[in-house]
Formats: sequence, C-alpha cells, structure tokens
Amino acid sequence: MTYLGDVFALARKDLLLELRSRDTVPAMLLFVVSTLVVFHFALPSDASATAETGLLWVALLFTALLGLVRAFVAEREERVLDGLVLAPCDRSAIWLGKVIGVVAFLVAAEVVALPAYALFFQPVGWELVAAVALADLGLAAVGTLLAAMAAAGRARELLLPVLFLPLVIPIVVGGVGASATDDPGRYLAFLGLYDAVFAILSWASFEYVVTE
Amino acid sequence: MSTSLRNNQHVVLAAAAGCLLLAGTSLAFYWVPNAPVEGFRQRIFYVHVPIALTAYACFGWAAWKALRLLWTRERRYDLESYTAVHMGVIFGILTLVTGSIWARTSWGHWWVWGSRQLVLFLVLFLFYAAYFMLRYSVEPGPRRANMSAVYTLFGVALIPVSFLAIRLAEDLVHPVVFTHDVQNRLTGSQLLTFLVCLGGMLSLAGSLYVNELTGKRLDARLRELREALQ
Amino acid sequence: MITARGLGRDFGMKRVLRDVDLEVPRGGFLLVTGPNGSGKSTLLSLCAGLLAPTAGELVVEADRGEIGYLAHEPLVYRELTALENLDLYGRLYRVPERRERIGMLLERFGLWEARRERVGSLSRGTAQRLALCRALLHEPRLLLLDEPYSGLDHAGARLLDDELGSLVGDRTFVVATHAPRRLEFLATAALSLA
Repeated sequence: MTYLGDVFALARKDLLLELRSRDTVPAMLLFVVSTLVVFHFALPSDASATAETGLLWVALLFTALLGLVRAFVAEREERVLDGLVLAPCDRSAIWLGKVIGVVAFLVAAEVVALPAYALFFQPVGWELVAAVALADLGLAAVGTLLAAMAAAGRARELLLPVLFLPLVIPIVVGGVGASATDDPGRYLAFLGLYDAVFAILSWASFEYVVTE
Repeated sequence: MSTSLRNNQHVVLAAAAGCLLLAGTSLAFYWVPNAPVEGFRQRIFYVHVPIALTAYACFGWAAWKALRLLWTRERRYDLESYTAVHMGVIFGILTLVTGSIWARTSWGHWWVWGSRQLVLFLVLFLFYAAYFMLRYSVEPGPRRANMSAVYTLFGVALIPVSFLAIRLAEDLVHPVVFTHDVQNRLTGSQLLTFLVCLGGMLSLAGSLYVNELTGKRLDARLRELREALQ
Repeated sequence: MITARGLGRDFGMKRVLRDVDLEVPRGGFLLVTGPNGSGKSTLLSLCAGLLAPTAGELVVEADRGEIGYLAHEPLVYRELTALENLDLYGRLYRVPERRERIGMLLERFGLWEARRERVGSLSRGTAQRLALCRALLHEPRLLLLDEPYSGLDHAGARLLDDELGSLVGDRTFVVATHAPRRLEFLATAALSLA
C-alpha cells in the first residue's frame, strides 16, 4: 500500500502548492467563463442546442489545456522532477498523483463553468455531468503524460496544445454525443473505453517519459 | 549486416517496387474491367487503398520498433522508428490527396466529412505531424528516443479509438455518409490487380525506408568519426 | 561500487563527457575536479541514474533508495516549507521514524528555526543546507555531491565538514568540487576532467 501512500503524498503536495499560490485554478475559472461569454457573441442567434453543447466542450478542452500547461512547471523550475524520479517509489505514482491534482483543478473549474453555461445557454442534464466527469479522467490522464513530455522540450506552451488536441478528439465526440443525442449511454460507454485505454497506456509509459 | 547484403536488400526492394508498381498500374488502368456502378473513376481505388494500407503498415512498423526500443533500450531502434513514422506520414499525405481526388470525382467535393477513412487519416496526420514537432523541440538523446517511442505507441492506440469516434460522430452530426461503392467481394481480376498494387506500394515504402535509414545511419557514423578525430 | 569504462555522454551535438574510466570501491571517496563545463555535473548525474550513457558503460551497485544526490539546484519546491519538503521526500524514501530523523537533521544543520519558512524566501546558503538535509535524509550508502560547499557561509561549511567527517568510512562518496583542498584529506582517489 506504499504505492497509494506515495500517490496521495504527491497529490497532497500538488493541492497544497495550488492552495498556497492560487494561480492556476482562478485563471481557469476566469478563462472558462470568459470563453463562454465570447461564444455567446460568436454564435448566431439561431444556433442549435447541439452547437451550444459543442462549444461548451471546446471551452472545457481549452480550459484543461490552460491548467495542464502549468502541470509540471513547479517540477521544472528547480529540477525537482529529478529529485522525485530518483526516489525509490514507482515513477507511475508521480503520474497518478499529478492526475489526481489535475482532475481536482478541472472539477473546480467545472463547478463554476457548468452553472454558468446553464445560466447563459441551456440547462445542464445529468448526462452532461456524467460525460464531463468521464472526460475529466481522460483529459487528465493523457494531458499529464503529454505535459511531462512537453516540459522536457523547448517551446513547451506551444508544444502541448499540438500534442494534446489530436489525441482528445474522441473525448469531444463522446462528450457532445452524450449531452446532445437520445442515446447517451453509448457515448458514455465510449468515454469509459477511451479512459480505460489511455489511462492504462499513460500509467504504464510515464516511467519512460521521465527517465532515460 | 555486411555492406553487400545491405545493398542487396536495397536493390531487391527497389526492383520489386518498380516491377510491381509498373505491373499494378498497367493492370489497374488497362486490364481490369470497369466497375459496375462507378465506372472508370473507380480505378483510383487501386491506388488509394494500397497507399492507405501501406501508411497503416508504416505506423504499425514504427510502433513495433518503438516497443523494441522501450524493451531493450537499444538506440538503433529510435532511428528505425522515426524513419517508419516519416514514411507513414508521406503515405498518409498521399492517402489524403488520392482520397480527395477520389471524393472529387465521385461526389464533386474535394473534402467530405462523411468519408470515415479520410477523416481518420486527417486525425492521424495531425497526430504524427505533432510527432515531428516533439522530436524537434527536445534535444537528441535517450530522452527524446523514449518520448518518441511512447508517442508512437499512443498513435497506434489512437487508430481504432479514433475510428470508433468518427463512426459515433456520424450519428451525431447526421452527415451523408459517403462510402465508395466497393462491392463486398472483389472479383478475381479485381483482387489480383489490388494485390499487385498493394505489393508494389509496400515494396515502395520498404525501399524508401531502407534508403532513408541507410542515409541517416551513414550521417551518424560520419558524425561519430568526425568527433573521434577531433 | 561504481565502475565506468569508456564512459561518454553527448548532449545533441556537443560531447560533454568523453572516454572516462573510473573505479570507486565501497567506502571510497572520489574527488572530481575540472574547469567549468568539463562534465563534472554530468558525471554525477550519470552515476545517479538520471542520465544514461551515450557511449561506454557504467555500473553502479546501488539501488535508487541507497543513493543520495546533491545537484546544483536544491531539488526542493520553492513554495513549500523546509519541513514540508523533507516530509515529502521522507515519505517517498520510506525513511523510518521520519519525523525524528527530519528534526534531527534540521537541528544539525541549523535549520530548525527556519523550518516553517517557504524555501523561496530562504537565502542561497540556507537552501543549500536544506538540500544537504534532503540528500542525507535516507542515510544513503552512496553519496553523489555536486559542489556541496557552494553558497555555504563559514558556519555552514564547518557543519558540512563535521558531517562528512562522521560519514566517511562506511559510505561511498563521489564529490565534484572547484576547491579540492578542503576535501583532499578525505579523498582516496581523484579524477580530473579537463
């Protein structure tokens, strides 16, 4: 059980850091609400409900990106990542701890974003909430791994979106499908499949991304 | 591998590619009878689909080499995986181009979101193009090799998941689904033509792969020698 | 404990380390000297396992949990306190009686009063002392120290002298330094990277 102990120690560290500095989550909150407002002006007046749903998912995607760009900044700064990698714990615990943190940030942003969306556009059903929950897992899993990759290179703020977007297209499909069609179950199951495949892949391969 | 054997492999693949492609093109444009519904236009099928399958084969080969790299940590697999991805992207672009031409001749548009294959290749193209950006922004070395390998493996997982997503998306957006009228069973002559073209494309990819790999390896050796002389 | 033959490391086009042979027995103390850019830090990173060799071979007979690594950077979170940082590392390294060990190290290096301060607000020398605590926290058998005296004031240097003196003998050391004279009397071997 020391594996989970490591994971929680690392996750707690991330949440503690965010509570102290308070820079990532407030930015995500402001960003997502501003984006929704921009979408109101970007949509024609007779936009369909599906179009509005689609744009919500775009907003969530880019808000996630905003948070993920900062995911490994603290570790990069003082080369702390080297210190963590040298520790005898499993490297995948670093990934899992970070994923928990990212999911927490996303949920914090969505707690504001979804009510705002319901206020500005249309009501939010349980399918949308379920889809968002499943999507958060996938976005965090894949995003954390890619953020670690981008952090090792130059121009990381540019690289992460380019790596991230093609991989998360299926999440958008699943999310919009679950909230906009008559058969949400199929799309929710698909999101679950995506999460399973890519979470396992990310968990298993994180070690290779941070070591040589 | 001795140099002579390597040269042989090179020549054999190039010769195979040349013969098969020549034969395949002749068969496709002169011998095979017209398809019942689409007519003459359908013949691009013999070019487009082998190219698409070859692209998949390249990505699969790259993923295999990537797996070998992560398993054995031998650095030569990095170059092999990278070259395979490069080939895959080239054939991917060709797939998009030939697919676009086929779409234009069949339905009058240069791009149709309703064509599953085309959309899938677009997503894959974006994904593997990002691969090059990743390699460009990280310094050459063991770390870059590892990351490229992991990314390549993600690509291979993305292929089926994306395909599923695209299928699901069709029900979402209700586009007209464009499928080419390829009968479920190819007749004997069609099958033969197809297989010859497929063989030709695969040989072409193999030949280009070996060519580029040899070139890159020579570059690396040259650099090593220059370093040793300093 | 450490054996290297023909060890080399490139960074892209640049060859930083070339053809290094060394052998450090258990309990040995290797002093690594050389000008800036000669690859001292790279050698230590290779021994720690953070980098992989691009040429030659390197064998280090120690697990990750037995290696204590001190780098140029302190490898601690700037926004956490000294105590929180050491607590995290203590958990990850499975240090037995973590609280007591941390308290003891903080006291020994004169950091007890500053333990609840953000690392970012500590001076360079104080942060260096914290980094030393981090490296020594899990009582490693192999210590890889990159310029351990850098940034330390007189008192700090004395503390480090005492600590090294007490550890030498049953621990193995590889220390990179600009000022070898201070450690010459402890060293059993020297390597100059020029």
